[in-house]
Amino acid sequence: MIHSKTILDIKAIRSDFPILSREINGKPLVYLDNGASSQKPKQVLDTISRYYEYENSNIHRGIHTLSQEATNAYEESRKTVQTFINAKLDHEVIFTAGTTESINLVAASIGKKHLQKGDEIIISTMEHHSNIVPWQMICEEKGAILKVVPINEKGEFLMNEFEQLLSEKTKLVAVTHVSNTLGTINPVKEIIQKSHQKGALVLIDGAQAVPHTKVDVQDLDCDFYVFSGHKMFAPTGVGILYGKENILNDLPPYQGGGDMIKTVTFEKTTYNCLPHKMEAGTPNISGGIALASAIDYMNSIGIEKIEAYEHELLTYATAQIKQIEGVRIIGEANKKASVLSFLVEGTHPSDIGMIIDKLGIAIRTGHHCTEPLMNRFEIPGTARASFAFYNTFEEVDIFITALKRAIKMLL
Amino acid sequence: MTIQEAQNEIVEEFALFDEWMDKYEHIIEIGKDLPIITDQYKTEENLIKGCQSRVWLHAELKNNNIIFTADSDAIITKGIVGLVIRVFSNQTPLDIAQSELFFIDQIGLKEHLSPTRSNGLLAMVKQIKMYSIAFQAKA
Ligand SMILES: Cc1ncc(COP(=O)(O)O)c(C=O)c1O
Repeated sequence: MIHSKTILDIKAIRSDFPILSREINGKPLVYLDNGASSQKPKQVLDTISRYYEYENSNIHRGIHTLSQEATNAYEESRKTVQTFINAKLDHEVIFTAGTTESINLVAASIGKKHLQKGDEIIISTMEHHSNIVPWQMICEEKGAILKVVPINEKGEFLMNEFEQLLSEKTKLVAVTHVSNTLGTINPVKEIIQKSHQKGALVLIDGAQAVPHTKVDVQDLDCDFYVFSGHKMFAPTGVGILYGKENILNDLPPYQGGGDMIKTVTFEKTTYNCLPHKMEAGTPNISGGIALASAIDYMNSIGIEKIEAYEHELLTYATAQIKQIEGVRIIGEANKKASVLSFLVEGTHPSDIGMIIDKLGIAIRTGHHCTEPLMNRFEIPGTARASFAFYNTFEEVDIFITALKRAIKMLL
Repeated sequence: MTIQEAQNEIVEEFALFDEWMDKYEHIIEIGKDLPIITDQYKTEENLIKGCQSRVWLHAELKNNNIIFTADSDAIITKGIVGLVIRVFSNQTPLDIAQSELFFIDQIGLKEHLSPTRSNGLLAMVKQIKMYSIAFQAKA
């Protein structure tokens, strides 16, 4: 294991995250709830305070210097995101409030223009509620049908079953890149190819992918790619919708308001061009700028290095936890990223979570907003440790020791 | 024993423990020892669904007192449920309605009653109060 510890300069990285030196219940914090939200480095925090101390003003509408500076910073940030996901054009990058809003935007806009009675939308069993409910809502409204791709016992997407569901009726396929509950990395490129062969659009939920792995939307050829800032070391309240230019141009706007118009009269409003058409109202300016700062931070470490290190960390944690009697891992896909979901025979996940919280360790317990997935496994929920690049092998050891202690108390 | 006395007794019982570990171990023991509800009452109707854990609560009137039985699928929650039942069960509806729940706070388990825990405990305490009001009419 020694070699993997040297991929990253963990000590230096950890010193960038002020919160990581906190104590919880008298113990050093071990933060293993990165799937829910990540911590922020001081570079990102500094960007936010610098913005408010130095540049704060509204964007896209000012004649004065401050407004121009804020607009420039915001638009630079869009370009940083563009490069980060390798989008062809910067106006294919739409700022939203997060993954949830991005999906709702696509669902509402597609629904308005393209969905008819009898049309079909396909999702998978392992989707987060935010990649289920918006589709259910629009299907109900339009009389369209929601179809669900099953998974196997290991938590892997079943390609053959998917192909059987695909047809000329399929208007859109919405699948997660990485499962927040199982850690499964889905073969999204293949899913996209197969969908396109049938003429369906594809939305990829990248919320759990972008913090851990390199994403190239042109290589994937997805029509939409969505993610949240707060899971990738940026603040809450900002996220991204990537969409191909021609498809976004074709969609009606999601919300009406300032910034998204070209001209307004009481008789008729014409819409602004991309990206503004999809960005009504004053956005989360500081959040958008801070997102670029989080990307710069990740790039300064190197996404490939992050991926390699986290892979080692997950492999190590998995091997350790497997040695504990009675542990059952939920999600054993061949390709996984940064998520370790488990159950311990004879115990309830929330009891485990409560006890190890007393030992300073933050994990998540429950259904992780994936109730249908829990039903698939016929379990009420899991305990989940989810990792980021600032987690250490020592922290895994602390977690395993605490887990053993909790089990001893509970059994 | 009055509700007040039952609560004082629990506070004394827990005063023996300085460490959270010992406290939790005690609660877990209470949870393990208590088959506090018969399966026939573990119904959907009696289920209080928290996000984290589930609690079942059944109430009936006997000799003008309310008898509560309850259960939970999580053992720590079940232990605390056991304590709550110890305090409120076999008391009159009026006494329950007028009582103040203080022992959970005093034994340092306040966080378990926080809405963010979503373990069903807070909802259970509210439900107990509802029963006490409903049964006052019948008692
Ligand atoms: C896979 C996945 N999709 C969507 C979401 C929703 O993200 P947000 O709440 O940031 O909009 C999450 C976050 O929990 C997630 O893990």
